[in-house]
Amino acid sequence: MNTETLIPYAGIVTEITQQTPDVKTFRVEAPGGGKLFEHKPGQCAMLSVPGISEAMISITSSPTNTEYMEFSVKKCGCLTEWLHSMEVGQMITVRGPYGRHFPVYDELLGKDLLIIAGGIGLAPVRSVINYVRDNRDKFGSVDIVYGSRSKDDLVYYKEIVEEWMTTPGFNVHLTIDNPQEGWDGHVGFVPNFVKELNPDLKKTVLMCGPPIMIKFTLGGLMELGFKKEQVYTTMELRMKCGIGKCGRCNIGNKYVCKDGPVFRFDELDELPNEY
Amino acid sequence: MKKLSLAKLNDFFAAIAAKQALYLPVNNKVGKADFTKWTAGTEMSKALNTVRSAKDFFFPQTENLMDFKMEGKNIEVIDSREECEDFVVFGVRACDAASFAILDSVYLVDPVDSYYKNRREHGTVVTMACGKPAETCFCGTFGIDAANPAGDVTVWEVADGYMLRANTEKGEALLAATADLLEAGDEKAVEAAQAKTREIMAKLPLAGLTFDGVGVGKTKELFDRPEWKTLSESCLGCGTCTFVCPTCQCYDVRDFDTGNGIKRFRCWDSCMYSDFTLMAHGNSRNSQVERFRQRFMHKLVYYPDRNNGTFGCVGCGRCLARCPISMNIVKVAKTLGGNK
Amino acid sequence: MQEMMKNRAYALLENGTVDRVLGWTRGEFAYDMTPAVFRNADEVKNGFVYNDFCAANLSKYLVKECRAGGKILVFLKPCDTYSFNQLLAEHRIKRDMIYVVGIECFGKADVEKIKEMGIEGITGITAKDGIYTVSTIYGDKAIKPADVMAERCLACKSKKHVVYDELIGNEGEVVEDCNRFDMVAKLEAMTPDERYEFWRGELSRCIRCNACRNICPACTCEQCIFDNPNSGVSQKAAVNSFEENMFHIIRAFHVAGRCTDCGECSRVCPQNIPLHLLNRKFIKDVNTFYGDYQAGEDPTAKPPLGKYEKNDIEPGEAGGAKE
Repeated sequence: MNTETLIPYAGIVTEITQQTPDVKTFRVEAPGGGKLFEHKPGQCAMLSVPGISEAMISITSSPTNTEYMEFSVKKCGCLTEWLHSMEVGQMITVRGPYGRHFPVYDELLGKDLLIIAGGIGLAPVRSVINYVRDNRDKFGSVDIVYGSRSKDDLVYYKEIVEEWMTTPGFNVHLTIDNPQEGWDGHVGFVPNFVKELNPDLKKTVLMCGPPIMIKFTLGGLMELGFKKEQVYTTMELRMKCGIGKCGRCNIGNKYVCKDGPVFRFDELDELPNEY
Repeated sequence: MKKLSLAKLNDFFAAIAAKQALYLPVNNKVGKADFTKWTAGTEMSKALNTVRSAKDFFFPQTENLMDFKMEGKNIEVIDSREECEDFVVFGVRACDAASFAILDSVYLVDPVDSYYKNRREHGTVVTMACGKPAETCFCGTFGIDAANPAGDVTVWEVADGYMLRANTEKGEALLAATADLLEAGDEKAVEAAQAKTREIMAKLPLAGLTFDGVGVGKTKELFDRPEWKTLSESCLGCGTCTFVCPTCQCYDVRDFDTGNGIKRFRCWDSCMYSDFTLMAHGNSRNSQVERFRQRFMHKLVYYPDRNNGTFGCVGCGRCLARCPISMNIVKVAKTLGGNK
Repeated sequence: MQEMMKNRAYALLENGTVDRVLGWTRGEFAYDMTPAVFRNADEVKNGFVYNDFCAANLSKYLVKECRAGGKILVFLKPCDTYSFNQLLAEHRIKRDMIYVVGIECFGKADVEKIKEMGIEGITGITAKDGIYTVSTIYGDKAIKPADVMAERCLACKSKKHVVYDELIGNEGEVVEDCNRFDMVAKLEAMTPDERYEFWRGELSRCIRCNACRNICPACTCEQCIFDNPNSGVSQKAAVNSFEENMFHIIRAFHVAGRCTDCGECSRVCPQNIPLHLLNRKFIKDVNTFYGDYQAGEDPTAKPPLGKYEKNDIEPGEAGGAKE
């Protein structure tokens, strides 16, 4: 893709899945079929409806998927509302891929992974999860701790139960904030759940979720004895260009769009607390 | 070194303008200098510098990026870029010429911004050494020599005309194309002009100003300093400093519905504006203190961190002259850096 | 004057009348003072400055300061007191949280005018016996304040303080024969085409920095329509040359009847656009059609554009629409 121009591709939305009351997953293909471009797990793309606006959204599908890309979008602004109102067959524009990916090609190889997510925060790490499933022999065990407000707010629920839970070496731990009829699983917040599970300190952690969850989960991990060097997260700030030029998504001297969105916590320690 | 006699200045402009667009500082109706396209009879301004910087030539305030045709569920993406025509900017000062290197370090690094690159490639920059720098000038702080500006061609004003030196191939080409108007020049006249400029520079109040207290690696030291609150207290949150600054390069991308398709354009933006970092679910810089700090930390720490210590400021003094409440980078750097 | 102001600040801080002082702090040069809040006598002692270059109208800062709690001392020039009253009338500031010290004004100096005289390399400016001595690296120059007085002060409408708790100097008088509508009259005398050309020539220099709006004491909306992405008019830069006209014209309409003619919009414009002329046209029209009215003169007065009377002028009667 010619990233010099900010000029996007037009892609066709070929499938829309209602994940939760306010999250939908959009499958996007090139007009002639296939993917618009290749990406790596954790990278993002700028999605747009011309005349509405453009926004950075993580690519939730795995690069091992050769047929399409997927984006899970929570309804919370003018572009996302428009996306939620559209029908299959509608075109949108996509440009990317942007940013630093999770280090699945080097540092994570052979590691036992602990993936922690809250709410829509599962979307960026889903790309990693499915990449690992498709390259099962290259990674150790995978523990997934995922929580949401309620059972209805768990995204990819069907995929989690039918595919992730049945993958050898995968352990999925779900939790919801409050007790609910029809839910016999764990109830409680993610940070406490992680502490209860007392994960092995050898694991490498990938974490994404609301800031409050990140803050307390990180604190919990530190108490358990994890080091910041073994915890990765992915950030989100206002972006316009995606290529480190428009000047708004910086945290200190790093641009989230270009130097991130994936950061290790020891790297974030070097940056001012402005996110 | 070439010389252009005063009498031939207009012929020189005419010769350039015959082949490509020529822009130079011209006084506007309120007596301030603006870069203006030369036409016969245009008189060059004697002002020290233009109100707007010369960045507009490469990074215009507004530019169309692409077009979209929307039909039913279909979107057609139209690359509406056109090759820029050759142009010459005459009379750029040393500070603004140095600002191009700063803009380059943003727009010409991977991934290259092709809109900017296109204009850079087609533009020839003719700089002019400053004769009488003002008290708001502090280019020397950044190692910029007002008496010896960069650019494709450098021009010095001397008693009976102008001395010209080509610095690049583009510059050589420009002087070659106007060779019949030029004569051989004497280096000594330039040296005398330079000595005079440097003598004035040394007497100005900001001579010897250093930004030693700020710079590379000082994020932790400076970010939480209590002075940010007092420095930013009367900041209006307007974009004057940003828009007159030759190095401010942040932009916004917006769509405009023409009624017959969508134009996606980019325009200057300011980190001082409240919506700069606004997202649907929050804002990472909610208060004016944070926005003010961002602007100065960017120029004084973040940019140097990413660019081998070079500050994101060239000392042109426009913000010193134009800020509605007279707050500026010199006051900020002095307050934070501890030197009075 | 500066010493008298500092002494009042010390005294009022000392006796607990106020806990903060809003004034000006010294600049890098002799002419670039910045509005500042002083929180104790030491801060006043070290930083407070007042001279003919302290031109900023401090009244708008009181909107923010009133939200900070406590009581603040503010120094207001006569024209600033009109803005103050207007802010009171619009319930943007709280009278009991503010202690107003009115300061007599003889007109403010405009450093641009000094520079336009060809005076360069300024290292200092002192005022004594009605003469400014401007020190430069090329030597000293003596100039008369009247020659470098700010444009808005040359057409001063009032030297009278319309509100204060105490005064330094005289209360002052309304200037009866000010010439502030002269330029408006000239514009009115132009043909529509000439007038359009005049405004295009001025407004085409606009860089949409919003300094005029952000300094304006009448612009105190929590969120301006031009900053609201949902308004459809929040474009930051001109997508066509007509955009900046609309910004200024809409703004002028919005402050019509509320603008006190403090002149800050034109003072801060980095492109020297005479924006105050748009507002003065509205003021002149209001005077003509509804009788003389000065916004900010009396905070309890009913604004002509905010009330209805049976004999109000009918649309079209003024002639504009039918031309």
